[in-house]
Formats: sequence, structure tokens, C-alpha cells
Amino acid sequence: MAEIETQALIIGAGPAGLFAVFELGMVGVSAHVIDILPRAGGQCMELYPDKPIFDIPAQPRITGRELTERLLEQCAPFEPVFHFNEAAQTLERESDGFIVSTASGKRFSAKVVVVAAGGGAIVPKRPPLKRLEEFEEKSVFYAVREKEPFRDKRIVVAGGGDSALDWAIELAPIAERLTLLHRREEFRAAPASVAKMRRMVEAGEMEFRLGQISGLVGENGKLEAVQARHAGETFEIPADTLLLFFGLAGRLGPIEKWGFEMKGGQIVVETSAFETSIPGVFAIGDVCTYPGKLKLILSGFHEAALMAHKAVTYVYPDRHYTFTHSTSSEIIAEKLHLGEKG
Amino acid sequence: MVKIVFVDPEGKRHEVEAEEGMTLMEAAVKNMVPGIDADCGGACACATCHVYVDPSWKEKMAELFERSEAEEDMLDFAFDVRENSRLSCQIKVTADMDGLVLEVPQQQG
Repeated sequence: MAEIETQALIIGAGPAGLFAVFELGMVGVSAHVIDILPRAGGQCMELYPDKPIFDIPAQPRITGRELTERLLEQCAPFEPVFHFNEAAQTLERESDGFIVSTASGKRFSAKVVVVAAGGGAIVPKRPPLKRLEEFEEKSVFYAVREKEPFRDKRIVVAGGGDSALDWAIELAPIAERLTLLHRREEFRAAPASVAKMRRMVEAGEMEFRLGQISGLVGENGKLEAVQARHAGETFEIPADTLLLFFGLAGRLGPIEKWGFEMKGGQIVVETSAFETSIPGVFAIGDVCTYPGKLKLILSGFHEAALMAHKAVTYVYPDRHYTFTHSTSSEIIAEKLHLGEKG
Repeated sequence: MVKIVFVDPEGKRHEVEAEEGMTLMEAAVKNMVPGIDADCGGACACATCHVYVDPSWKEKMAELFERSEAEEDMLDFAFDVRENSRLSCQIKVTADMDGLVLEVPQQQG
């Protein structure tokens, strides 16, 4: 596959990555952005889209979703190219830059690489069950892409959030039998979904069991029953399909093995430009660590600005660069099509 | 300084010095206790700082076992939730917690 050329490659489209697009744009550096998720926003969108954040300067109260939308609006003039559903896999050095390849086989050639991967790739949480791998993608799933493969199955849906309820309600009518397994009577989900689920349980259209998953019964990836525990009792629910909805967690994955100096699962950077131990590769936001590091969104913004001022020297080694405020920046004026006189 | 003991899934004890006012999660992360992932950084939004509080503290400090509604909701995303389950980002260290023992679950997710 042909290499995609870019001046900067940003890994991660969370707040730090999006603001890095802006800061790089301000110094005349264009960027491509990859993210393992299908959309921008990172943790803000995946973990707390509707939870208000109170410590963004000049934004007394803003939700994760709003913050993402505004960052996208702010960086849009610099025309970032987004590549979603792409997981960064390898980093290789080339004569005057780097090649980053993704799990899907895309290859990016970049002068500088900015790792803004936060807590890592956000992936479904996997329960600590023996022999779980054996069943995964055969009879144990973390998402539903198509409904049809679930027709006439004996399904257990484990979890008590919106995903668990939505899919239980959706799949119960086509399943041979569907059991919702949750640890308590209360659900952290949209009240309408909870009400609908309870009506379906009452009508015998699905079953609800109180309990927590504790084991899998079956051979060669073929599930026969799900083991669960409640109030000291263990029981089995006959099933051939298990859907697990326990939210998401971050995994840095292959990036950890790119050869950076690491500390406690984070990338060590120096604090004048947030460069890693590999010159030309920067790390900003939650993924980086240094003495006094605070995992705040605003720290990621600061780190992005300092990163950009060093990154530009790799992209344009011969250009003399002078610092400009955004208020008097020619680049901003041009990108936002501001008139000659304001 | 308040001494807190985290017992990892292998049974290894990690004694950390916590400052009053910080959360148990922060004390664990600062001292790199394995198994406290704390993905969201303390926003009660991920359930990856789940711990089991030593049940013998129930008489001494009952409040150590009291979960808020938000925390109870978040625990729906943890595995093997028990009566003594807490999210360590939701507990502020106080002087009378000196010697507290917390068990780290096998896996946060």
C-alpha cells in the first residue's frame, strides 16, 4: 500500500491530539490524525460524554461531548485528515522522519510523530474468566455488528448499562431465549430502556437473573453454559452465546514497545517540548509523564503548544521561526479568512 | 504520612505512604501499585481502581464500606464486586486509616 505522507502524524484524537492539530497548524505544520475509535474525542466521548467538566479555562461547565465538538471546530481551519478505526502498530525510523504502520496495514510517512494516546486504545473490558480467549469471537462477544447471527440462539447478556439493556431488548425477539444477567436490581441506564426491559421480563419475553459472571462451560470455543454467582450461590445458565457489556478500558498496546523510556506505563518526556527519548517523537496528554505531571485536559493543551514549537524545527529545519500570538497570527487570519481590517 | 497496604493478586504486599487528603487511588498510582489502572484519573467514570477493603475494618470505620450512588453505578462495570468493594478514587485518606489493607482484584478489565 502506498505511504500516506504528512508533516505530523498524531496518534489519538482526544482533546490533546485535537489541540495539537491547532498548535501545529499555527506554526504551519499540517497533520494527519489516527485513532482506534470510530470518532474523535477519546475518553471524553467514550467514558463521560454527558458528564460536565469544570476545569477547562474560561469554560465554567462543559460536557465531554461539547468540548470535543469545540476542539474539532477550533482545529478545522487547519484541515486535519482523520483516520478512524486505525490502531498504531509499529514505528520505524527513516532518513528524515518516521514510518508508522497501523493494524489495518496503512502506512504513514511523517517528519514528526505526536503520541497523544491518553490511557491507550479504548477497548471493551474483559472479565477475569478462565479460558476466556478460547471462546472470544466464537461464542463470547463484546459488541453486536449484525443481529442476524444471533437468531435462534440461547443468549446471555451480562451487564447493567445502556449497551447491555439496548442489546437485550433488541435481540430478545429473535433469540430462542435471552437472559439478562446483572449484579443488582438497579440499572445505570436510560429509564425508558429499564422500563421496557422490565415489561419484557414480565411478559416472559426475556429472563432476568441477579448475579455476576464467574465462569464459562464448554469446549473448543463452543459455549454450553454461563456460570454465575449471587449471594454465595453459584448457578449455571444454559447458553450458546454470551455478550459482555462492562464498559471500556485503556490499553497502550504496541506503542509501549516502540523503544521509549517508560515509567509506570507512561512515556517519559522532557518538559521543554514534551519530546520522548526518541528525537522527533513527542508524547502529550495523559500518555506522558514527567515530574509533577497532572493528568488534566489543560495540561495536555499546554504540552501541545510547547511540542508544536519544537516539532516545527524538524519539519522546517532551515526556517527561522518567530513566536506569534494567535491575535496577530497571519496563518490564523488566512485560515479563518479574516478581513485586512478587523 | 499514613501507611496503606495494597495486596496485589499474587499476594504481594505493597506498603505505601499516603498523604492525608489524597485519594487511595492517587496513593496507589503514585507508588505504582500494580493493578490500579485508574484510566479516568479519578472522575468516577471507569471503575478501573476497584479494591476490596479489609473486612476487619468494618467495626473501626464503617464509612470505609459506604458507597455513593455514583460509585455503586460505576461498580456495574467492575468484575467480581463484593460487599467490601470500593473505587479507590472515591476514598480520601485520613489519619485514622493508618495501616489499612486493601486487596487489588485479579483484573480491572
